[in-house]
Amino acid sequence: MATQEEIVAGLADIVNEIAGIPTEDVKLDKSFTDDLDVDSLSMVEVVVAAEEQFGVKIPDDDVKNLKTVGDAADYILKAQQKA
Amino acid sequence: MSPTNRTVVVTGIGATTPLGGDSASTWEALLAGRSGVRPLEQDWAAELPVRIAAQIAVEPGEVLPRPLARKLDRSAQFALIAAREAWADAGFTAKAGEDPAVDPDRLGAVVASGIGGVTTLLGQYDVLKEQGVRKVSPHTVPMLMPNSPAANVGIDINARAGVHTPVSACASGAEAIGYAVEMIRTGRADVVVAGGTEAAVHPLPIVAFGNMMAMSKKNDDPQGASRPYDAGRDGFVLGEGAGVVVLESVEHARARGARVYAEVIGQGISADAHHITQPEPTGRGIAAALQHLLDGSDLKPAEIVHVNAHATSTPQGDVAEIKALRQVFGDDVDHMAVSATKSMTGHLLGGAGGIETVASVLALYHRIAPPTINLVDPDPEADADIVRDKPRPLPEGSIAALNDSFGFGGHNVVLALRSWQV
Repeated sequence: MATQEEIVAGLADIVNEIAGIPTEDVKLDKSFTDDLDVDSLSMVEVVVAAEEQFGVKIPDDDVKNLKTVGDAADYILKAQQKA
Repeated sequence: MSPTNRTVVVTGIGATTPLGGDSASTWEALLAGRSGVRPLEQDWAAELPVRIAAQIAVEPGEVLPRPLARKLDRSAQFALIAAREAWADAGFTAKAGEDPAVDPDRLGAVVASGIGGVTTLLGQYDVLKEQGVRKVSPHTVPMLMPNSPAANVGIDINARAGVHTPVSACASGAEAIGYAVEMIRTGRADVVVAGGTEAAVHPLPIVAFGNMMAMSKKNDDPQGASRPYDAGRDGFVLGEGAGVVVLESVEHARARGARVYAEVIGQGISADAHHITQPEPTGRGIAAALQHLLDGSDLKPAEIVHVNAHATSTPQGDVAEIKALRQVFGDDVDHMAVSATKSMTGHLLGGAGGIETVASVLALYHRIAPPTINLVDPDPEADADIVRDKPRPLPEGSIAALNDSFGFGGHNVVLALRSWQV
């Protein structure tokens, strides 16, 4: 199971791949939309990549609640524990 | 002067083609008579009946930032590269509004494609079948829609007067430029970025065109395969890329001190209403388009010294076009230097009208007509003065050129351009 730090690092790689944002700019308090150039379509790509990397499921209805990198990291942490 | 009489001029050009990554390198190759046709070396091509194409000279992934490129179909990537070149070439330093020389509400974009995002459509269907529902890109729809190149160019330059995508197969690029001219003439816009793009080098379109008997199967001689007007021609060679121009009302161009390449005199449009793919053999529909052009503009047959012909290297189409020119212009055809640049670029389908407008504009601006390569044994039915082997100088003074484009469906679009005297 990945730690929060590892999840943020993984998300940073994903966001870098999809939006071209430097990995060091991807931090817990950053908003995907406002800070990281991830629009609603690209967010779907982020979610699919994160599901694959961390072995979790993120239903579409929950995606809208993942505003920041921290939101996503917390969600993935909890989903891992349930899995 | 009323808005409907406004003079429209070309103030910027851009292209990415099988001959070069920009308009300058493309033009240099056209004058040098270089072919952009190469063997298809992709694995999927090995067993196809057609294994040649005029593939892009500079891959768009080498030009556009990766996060942007991955959200664009290849056709939109080409269009954006050509549009950005044309925009900068016209002297704009930033998007409309940020550059105060152009008002976003007076700026349009009209960019066409014949087929649209076909590689995205087919590629994502492969993803669905092979990798499942979850892996289909959420960008699929905005990538495959045929208006995507126009919309992406419009967003990039901040065009708010209207963004449009006429679709008429291989006439699409020319129709886009004609539509843009009307936007300026009718007062909807002062500046319009217009052109055509196509990216259909994929096994399905190649097999489908091949099964129509429309494509050259000269796999052993890629550079000699596209041979308009030659008795040995056996079909077109698929090309890919984009050509874009910046069109502007002359008042707007003057006010900002823009360099003018050429005037757009007007356009002639008609439809064959004959057959969904076969050209009307007498050239009746093309002749009607040429006549509409004469009737609707101040173009004089005596001033036409150059024709960038549609001439795709198909047995029927090349001749029908020349017959139509003879029907309308008679002996005046004798002073028209006819160039078939598809002999070098291949056929860019919806992109053809774009790059051929760029070529026509440069031919007038530099007063030189590019050659038609591979014309060894001229078809006697092609009764015109075809520029062979090497480029030909065009006369001094005020001169005009035609740019013909015709498409499956029987669409005929003829654009007329005139040299600009400073």
